[in-house]
Amino acid sequence: MKWQAFMGLVVALLSGAVFGFGLCLSGMVNPARIIGFLDIASGRWDPSLIFVLGGAVITAAPGVILQRRMASPILDARFHLPEKTEIDARLLGGSAIFGIGWGLAGFCPGPAIAALSTGLASVALFICAMVAGMILHDRILTRRSP
Amino acid sequence: MFQQLYLASLLGGLILGLSAALLLVLNGRILGVSGIVGRLLGGQQIALNVAFVLGLLAGPILYAIAYGRPPVVTIIASRPLILAAGLLVGVGTRMGSGCTSGHGILGLARLSKRSLSATGTFLATGIIAATVMGLLR
Repeated sequence: MKWQAFMGLVVALLSGAVFGFGLCLSGMVNPARIIGFLDIASGRWDPSLIFVLGGAVITAAPGVILQRRMASPILDARFHLPEKTEIDARLLGGSAIFGIGWGLAGFCPGPAIAALSTGLASVALFICAMVAGMILHDRILTRRSP
Repeated sequence: MFQQLYLASLLGGLILGLSAALLLVLNGRILGVSGIVGRLLGGQQIALNVAFVLGLLAGPILYAIAYGRPPVVTIIASRPLILAAGLLVGVGTRMGSGCTSGHGILGLARLSKRSLSATGTFLATGIIAATVMGLLR
């Protein structure tokens, strides 16, 4: 394996680990916190998770600014970025469906995977259902490659 | 205690953005977990995506080592609800081309109109779903 490809794997592993650590520290990994944030009529609304999104955008933005000044990333021949610009029904419909699932259980994909380390059966059940939903969408509902 | 919660949220958020910035500048890829898992399931860039998921699984272990206790994970929803929610999250994130990480963090940082629309939409339906469930509880 070429050095560059190997370093790419190391970066992916580290990035995942730092991301998983951040999910734990921020409280995103805890469904009760997510529901405490999304449930605005509970009488004890917890707005703290706004700071997670705000903080994340603050540090991601310099990365984006840097990326726009670079011809290619350090460890790959080119950037792999989304090219679509159209706001279509699939984007809004899919996001609406995702939001309902997120609000019902308090899990989105990243925190759910990170929470697997707790060994809770409900987390494994969520992951199995999520993977089934992804396969259902990608292989049956649309036969396009992801 | 109250201030600590906000500080931890902000600090955690800064760390999330940092890891997304690193993946973007070094590997040239968007840190979007639903995209990473979806591509993995589709057999694309298996090694890179497996490495990221392994890292994500290791994150809480690093947290437990650093803080001397595992992260708190409290699940409110019943098992049938968890099953339904997982299916909705799986279908919805693939149909909408992203989730809280790809659209919410990177998309907003890139000032993408698509991601802003997606984030507004999933926050709105998430608030409705969680609030309705709260009223039913």
